[in-house]
Amino acid sequence: MNARALFAEDMLLGRLVFGISRSPKAVVAAVVCIILLFAAVIGPYLTPQNPFDLAVLDILDSKLPPGSQSMDGMNYWLGTDGQGRDMFSAMIYGLRTSLGVGVFSGIVALLVGTVLGLIAAYFGGRIDTLIMRVVDLMLGFPTILVALMLLALLGQGLWKVIFALILVQWATFARAVRSAALVEKNKDYVEAAVTLGIGTPRILIGHILPNCLPPLIVIGMLQVANAISAEATLSFLGIGLPITEPSLGLLIANGYQLLMSGEYWISVYPGVLLLVLVFSINIVGDRLREVLNPRLGER
Amino acid sequence: MTVFVIRRFLQSIAVLIVTAVIVFIGIYAIGDPAEMLIAPDASPAERAQVVASLGLDKPLWEQFFTFAWNALHGDLGRSFVFNRPSIALIFERLPATLELTLTGLVFALVLGIPLGLVSGLKPNSPTDEVIMTGSIFGFSLPSFWQGMMLIMIFSVWLGWLPSTGRGQMGEFLGIRSSLFTLDGLTHLILPAINLSLFKLSLVIRLTRTGVRETMPLDFVKFARAKGVSERRIVFVHVFKNILIPLITVIGLELGSMLAFAVVTETIFAWPGIGKLLIDSIMRLDRPVVVAYLLVIVSLFIFINFVVDVLYSLVDPRVRLGGAQ
Repeated sequence: MNARALFAEDMLLGRLVFGISRSPKAVVAAVVCIILLFAAVIGPYLTPQNPFDLAVLDILDSKLPPGSQSMDGMNYWLGTDGQGRDMFSAMIYGLRTSLGVGVFSGIVALLVGTVLGLIAAYFGGRIDTLIMRVVDLMLGFPTILVALMLLALLGQGLWKVIFALILVQWATFARAVRSAALVEKNKDYVEAAVTLGIGTPRILIGHILPNCLPPLIVIGMLQVANAISAEATLSFLGIGLPITEPSLGLLIANGYQLLMSGEYWISVYPGVLLLVLVFSINIVGDRLREVLNPRLGER
Repeated sequence: MTVFVIRRFLQSIAVLIVTAVIVFIGIYAIGDPAEMLIAPDASPAERAQVVASLGLDKPLWEQFFTFAWNALHGDLGRSFVFNRPSIALIFERLPATLELTLTGLVFALVLGIPLGLVSGLKPNSPTDEVIMTGSIFGFSLPSFWQGMMLIMIFSVWLGWLPSTGRGQMGEFLGIRSSLFTLDGLTHLILPAINLSLFKLSLVIRLTRTGVRETMPLDFVKFARAKGVSERRIVFVHVFKNILIPLITVIGLELGSMLAFAVVTETIFAWPGIGKLLIDSIMRLDRPVVVAYLLVIVSLFIFINFVVDVLYSLVDPRVRLGGAQ
């Protein structure tokens, strides 16, 4: 790792933290994001029960309103669902799945998009045309339509959902990296690196990439929020995750039928959690866009 | 101009062919087409007959041409559930979806443009801050969740508006639509709001950006110096310049709204093609799924084509750029 790249990253981190700290709204959102991420990571240690351990579930405890107590004295602060599952525990597990799927697919899409975007920008010519044609084609279709198409053909499943989310996201990253790298490519430091005889992969990764990071971080944040939202939508429609991996979207779907009969908590609490999650990621992302690159364009 | 239209048309055809190939590969190459296209309860004799009629014993490229040929003739298979041509089912329900989508689009524009103007004219004011945060809220709320909350508030708690179905339909100039009866309108309000909220945020942001980019330009200063009233500057001179990007995006978003209608229709039990798609996926009624995908993609490509052509009429730079 060369010193310059490290330095650039330090500056970037500093700018990010400074930028967020200037906006109270963004600070709150960032703190919420960190808390939720933390809760998702340590989930099993946080929840009073394992919502998938059928031995601890009691059907007599089903559909209890928030705040009620079970037979053995456990408090259900957020109530229970149709199977007598503690809603709080189910939601933390759902959060794990939702965040996991969103972040994982976001990172893979970022990697794929970055590699293709860098290649397109650096080599130009036919490779560039080919990659960008595919990117334009992908971006021409709405995310949800592509995902629907894919899942309608493939059927539901965790890896199929992740695959669909990666497929709909990589093009956004590729386009952003390409346009950032095109600007960087013609700067003097790249020419200097070429003159020094540094290999192409190293120039791309060690020199150009660090300077393309700002737009990538912003888009990455917004894409993770989109991915979480899209996964929840697909799961709600019943074509996303299977019932064995309940994400927040699936929890909401399960409670949807009970919503009409007054058992609001089964669906509303996971919904509020999903909303808070997506909303705070978007607020932070939006703030970072203002800080890092005011001319990135509105969406 | 003609060259541009032809070039753009050929591109559209190419995209359509690519999609058809993808859908084809999805059904025939990845899965087992016999399992996908034959009803699960078919007898072995029926199965053999369908395999022969679909030509599943032939090589893959030949199967593709049969598939494409049939598709071009409007034959996309028969629904297992309804036992009718799947394409007919789609076209029967398409008007309901279009009605919902267009109403939603109108909502988004009627509310979004004024809010965007207010926000853009006074950037960083408290009003702007509220509107912009609200718009982030708007696209953070997953569409299905908005729909549920709308039902809970306006149907369950307040009991003001119905939550399911399309209601009574009226006929006007030979078009049957819920827009022409009071009952139909009350049924339309919630789904249309649900579908429009996401686009509303987008319209607000586009209008705001447009205003902020246009206001500092020389022609605005000149108009002010000339003594043109502020109202006329905003609503005539600035507004015209905002409209160009707005028209393009709206055109493109119409397609995305058609796709998002799947969610809205499922929640509000709106009898359009989106609900048909989800029902068909659940019932493993694959010919309908395939027909939906091909119809919606064709529709989408058609809209994109029209938007591009219109845009090139409005802004000659697009056409010149395309000719290079």
